[in-house]
Amino acid sequence: MQEHDVLVVGAGGAGLRAAIAAHEEGADVALVTKLHPVRSHTGAAEGGINAALREGDDWQLHAYDTMKGSDYLGDAPAIETLAQDSPEETIQLEHWGMPFSREDDGTVSQRPFGGLSFARTTYAGAETGHHMLHTMYEQVVKRGIQVYDEWYVSQLAVTDDEDPSERECHGVVAYDIKTGQIEGFRARNGVVLATGGLGQVYDHTTNAVANTGDGAAMAYRAGAPLEDMEFIQFHPTTLPSTGVLISEGVRGEGGILYNSEGERFMFEHGYANNAGELASRDVVSRAELTEINNGRGVNDEYVYLDMRHLGEERITDRLENILHLARDFEGVDGLEEPMPVKPGQHYAMGGIEVDEHGQTCIDGLYAAGECACVSVHGSNRLGGNALPELIVFGARAGRHAAGTDLGEPEIETGRSEEFEREDDLDTPVEPGAVETGSEDAVADGGAAVASGEEVVRRAVENERTRVDRFLEKDEGVQQAELREKLQKSMTQNVNVFRNEEGLKQALEDIREVREAYQDVYVADPSRTFNTDLIQTIEMRNLIDLAEAITLGALARDEFRGAHWRQEHQERKDDEWLKHTMLAWNEGRPELYYKPVILEGEEKAYEPKERSY
Amino acid sequence: MSTQIQEEPEETETEATEVAPAERESPGDRRRAERDAGRERAAATGPVGDVEGESFRLKVFRYDPEVEGKMEPRFDDFRIPREKGMTVLDALIYARDHYDTTLTFRHSCRQAVCGSDALFINGRQRLGCQTQISDLDHPVRVEPLPHQDVVKDLVVDMEHFYDQMHAVEPFFQGDAPEGELEEQRQSRENREKIKMSTRCIWCGACMSSCNIAAGDNQYLGPAAINKAYRFAMDDREEEDLKEHRMNVLDQEHGVWRCQTQFSCTNVCPKDIPLTEHIQELKREAVKQNLKFW
Repeated sequence: MQEHDVLVVGAGGAGLRAAIAAHEEGADVALVTKLHPVRSHTGAAEGGINAALREGDDWQLHAYDTMKGSDYLGDAPAIETLAQDSPEETIQLEHWGMPFSREDDGTVSQRPFGGLSFARTTYAGAETGHHMLHTMYEQVVKRGIQVYDEWYVSQLAVTDDEDPSERECHGVVAYDIKTGQIEGFRARNGVVLATGGLGQVYDHTTNAVANTGDGAAMAYRAGAPLEDMEFIQFHPTTLPSTGVLISEGVRGEGGILYNSEGERFMFEHGYANNAGELASRDVVSRAELTEINNGRGVNDEYVYLDMRHLGEERITDRLENILHLARDFEGVDGLEEPMPVKPGQHYAMGGIEVDEHGQTCIDGLYAAGECACVSVHGSNRLGGNALPELIVFGARAGRHAAGTDLGEPEIETGRSEEFEREDDLDTPVEPGAVETGSEDAVADGGAAVASGEEVVRRAVENERTRVDRFLEKDEGVQQAELREKLQKSMTQNVNVFRNEEGLKQALEDIREVREAYQDVYVADPSRTFNTDLIQTIEMRNLIDLAEAITLGALARDEFRGAHWRQEHQERKDDEWLKHTMLAWNEGRPELYYKPVILEGEEKAYEPKERSY
Repeated sequence: MSTQIQEEPEETETEATEVAPAERESPGDRRRAERDAGRERAAATGPVGDVEGESFRLKVFRYDPEVEGKMEPRFDDFRIPREKGMTVLDALIYARDHYDTTLTFRHSCRQAVCGSDALFINGRQRLGCQTQISDLDHPVRVEPLPHQDVVKDLVVDMEHFYDQMHAVEPFFQGDAPEGELEEQRQSRENREKIKMSTRCIWCGACMSSCNIAAGDNQYLGPAAINKAYRFAMDDREEEDLKEHRMNVLDQEHGVWRCQTQFSCTNVCPKDIPLTEHIQELKREAVKQNLKFW
């Protein structure tokens, strides 16, 4: 068994920042990642980091824009923390050598992004995430922080008290991908989950193949509730054939969207008369699909994004990476012709419920980054707000896990009796585990067990049994078939536009996949680098998360942010100014709500109609 | 096991070139031409061995140290339906998900930024996700990166590569200015100078293509030297630090091992002028030594 003070699971932006912060607090910290840190998906982020750095801008403005962008579903204490800490964290990256784009006077450049009232998106070309990831990994190397790369964390070692708030996380079970060895990792102080997105729930996504939501699904099954899962961001500019992202920076620099009739539809069809292409992402995504559905799309599939008028010099200076992506993955020369784009799954606004210190309701379990929901993005994330989230909340989670007192949080976590329960959601099939009470329906380890080591040891035994079962089974269904079925159904039914019939169809499909998964087997008998086995373990996570997204979407019968319902085309503040919570209770997803916190430090944010 | 893959006899099926355009054109150009020509062309070609109508032959290196029947390295053939814009990675995923789920390779972002799918494709180091099938001769042959130990199938051991990267102190060591929100100033020119060097995605293609690195295990290699270049040329680090950085590079297994063969530059998927960077560091090393003598 390995032992450290703090274990960070996942080594993208949030994980690396958490590890550095914990190390600075004097903790013995280790990173455990199923990839190598520099392979993490943060590297694919293009746009930039919102930070109020300049005169004329301040954190209050950033907080206001973010609250408005969230469609009033973000929690003010989280949003204000993001806006307050981001400048310092961004400059910290500069001090670590990050190669930001520069102004003539040598200061870091900023540019406009959708939904922002000030050009506060700090960037490094159109490859900001790549530079952020590498800069932080360099600091991890500098500090000699231990990295277990290509170790796949497949279970959390959590005690199984009946009340999740009484549970404790003592470590994780990880699987050495190279050798197949399963081992326990004990965390004396805390485990920080920083496992990133869940885009693989969909078949058209900007997310990496590795983004299977492992952390969120493991925490959910261990008893930490998932929050606001129905809010999935679809990015308006992804390449049609691959889902590769074309940064919002293109529109930020002045890129224009056209339909097949050459109309600048954001204005000409009145989707956003003021902000046009720079309206927030949900608005632009719906506008594009409406154009396509009304027969004004190109090849009935996409619209055009044009940046030719920006000129070669500016494009090369600020958007060079976009030229490469358009050429390599779509065969289009962005200097000569417009680029085809359509909406694609991009980001999960929801995730593991945490407070502004990164702590879940389970003692010793933290989460940060895309797998977590603080919540700063509410029902719609503004471009340029994901990277500051990683560094701000990654650092706070790392510090807190290392034992630093960050004070009493304003955001409450865990189930409370006062929270409103949803008892009459009409689902066509029973959601949740096929056999409730089975070993995967409760958290691992026993409440009666005395030591943390014992909890980890038991979790390791459970995991060995599960993996042996996958490997020993000789026939059945393979995960690839199930994954395809799940992804197709989610894209078909739980996309930008949603309706009751489609959502119910998705729940039925998910149930079918879940039942078929009972019979899944791994064809590869080898312990060496068995990717078949890893994908099979990941598949279970995709099922649980797809179901959580769809249940949340079915329950929320209103239109807010990225969540649009055909039957309910209006925001209903009287009923729905609240977070959707899902708790895994003995294998059954239990739905309840908690109120949004609109009270900030200096003022309360009043929900207003969102117009751009 | 050793990584030296035995070269197979040259393929003789020349017909394949009818639908396999010359290599080295940009993938985008090829892709567009492919799209314009439409599906008819492929259909009209008819059965021709490696390329049959809408499908083509993918030859993939296989090896597993613990599974009987796979311990002896071999090539497996897969017939892959050709789709518009298909990449080598797409073809591998198709083969794995539809024919043989034991087929093993690394991949993640599929947009040329995570660096995990550097492979030896038709005799050249390339990223699987960035390589269009339509750019290649047929059959398409995929092997693990040469000169690295094979773990299984297309997966190689990257430890040595990481060790060399770590050996050059790959982290910024400048002093932060006073005041929390005071950034260091860097000129646009200096940022331009280091820009290409900062694009490295640690894929290992350059190291695998380098004859010198293949014969000298201690040679830092192009990726690590490029990483050192990135910091040595960054004006935000102080002059005395640069001297320290040059001392790391100015040694027998450092910059002087490079014989300017340009293999690394030729295969770099991010177009980093690696050889030029190494030459520039050689000049710096000479300049630095002149100061002392």
